[in-house]
Amino acid sequence: MLKRRLIPKLLIKSKVFGRVSRLVLVTTHQYSDTIEVGDPVSQAKIYQAQMADELILLDLDASDGLREEFVAMLRKAAEEIFMPITVGGGIKTVEDFRVLLSNGADKISINTAAVEDPEFIRQVSDIYGAQCVVVSIDYRTNDEGESSVWINGGKVKTDWTPLAWAIEAERRGAGEILLTSIDRDGTSSGLDVELARTIAENVSIPVILSGGCGLSSHFIDGFQQANAAAVAAGTFFCFKDQNPMQTRAHIKNANIQIRLQS
Amino acid sequence: MVAKVIGIIDYGMGNLLSVYHAVNAVGAHAKICQNPEDLNAVDHIILPGVGAFSQCIRTLHEKGFVEALNESVIQKGKVILGICLGMQVMARTSHEGGNHTGLGWFDAEVVKLAPSEKALRVPHVGWNKVTYTKDSRLFSGVSTSVADFYFVHSYHMKCAMQDDVLATCNYGEDITVAVKKDNIFAVQFHPEKSQDIGLKVIENFIKLD
Repeated sequence: MLKRRLIPKLLIKSKVFGRVSRLVLVTTHQYSDTIEVGDPVSQAKIYQAQMADELILLDLDASDGLREEFVAMLRKAAEEIFMPITVGGGIKTVEDFRVLLSNGADKISINTAAVEDPEFIRQVSDIYGAQCVVVSIDYRTNDEGESSVWINGGKVKTDWTPLAWAIEAERRGAGEILLTSIDRDGTSSGLDVELARTIAENVSIPVILSGGCGLSSHFIDGFQQANAAAVAAGTFFCFKDQNPMQTRAHIKNANIQIRLQS
Repeated sequence: MVAKVIGIIDYGMGNLLSVYHAVNAVGAHAKICQNPEDLNAVDHIILPGVGAFSQCIRTLHEKGFVEALNESVIQKGKVILGICLGMQVMARTSHEGGNHTGLGWFDAEVVKLAPSEKALRVPHVGWNKVTYTKDSRLFSGVSTSVADFYFVHSYHMKCAMQDDVLATCNYGEDITVAVKKDNIFAVQFHPEKSQDIGLKVIENFIKLD
């Protein structure tokens, strides 16, 4: 039986100390108001010890493209992390895919570049296989309840609805969808299960649901109500007195198939 | 005891680094092999793989690895482990993106996953339980009750010879996820991504004679 997945999301930014810049782990609130919470590689190792099923590493400072220091950090993490790693942030070219895959990434999450040139999905899917192409969809919902896809780290609105874009991304060769509600990001108010369920019903690839987890029960909602293959969370694991092992036990108690121990 | 040298075939695709670190983590010496002649200097061979079948087999041919592998594995009997696509290319043929001829070490075809239940998605991504259908040194010390390994694939190998099948996993139907024939071993899951339990399989592989 395939297990549902629990995925800590590590958001990464640069911090400058005088002339020295280093990468730090942050949390965000609706894609802004970042708070520094620690060191990415150390935290990744802790998640490994706590049996996370996968990790997502996202570079928030990659607006000019893939950064060397981010690749160096990935390479360091891969020395000791023996679980799947998805990376994202500023990925625009086939060469970016090659660099990341040869430095420890298993899957690559693309967002803005996919919306700007949907053929890019097909291109990388044909070369590296659909299984390593994750199309990340960030969206906001207005007061009328209409949702739109936003790109460039939540700064630019597009004409796509999340549902239409998810279907199109699958058609063009995406292997997974990472769906995030910007409105709920960092709010701990619960996942947007309604839209996720509609998308999960209309695509045949796995949907990773993210944005808003504040309680173990929110993960259970994501699995049971939205039928998500995986739930990803950043703030939840960074701040709450919670870790993937405890959360997993709560999920197991709700009779959801999840990995317990190895 | 001198650590065994494990050659990891690099044909320019996919994540070799994790396999490299996993081999070193269990006490062997990993060596990335970019040229066919590198295989002469290694004890065991790992054929990893991510990507499309046609591109994989084409690159293996172009770089001269097909002849080198046949010589090292079939003639000299070196122990080899195929991982994911590295397992699939050992089949006779694959139907991924047309029909393509593989290494032909297993009388098997590679076909697309087609689970009957709509809830089961393709690619098959995530941790799934592996059942060993016979005793194998590859799974030695891995308890069957917690044998969840990490998978990420859209195609799978269908063996004509049931004797070649070492392990299965249920994804709508029982699919073959580990095969063995003499000195040739292959797994569909990613041991290098399956945390402690995966490292155990790699350690078992390294210990094979």
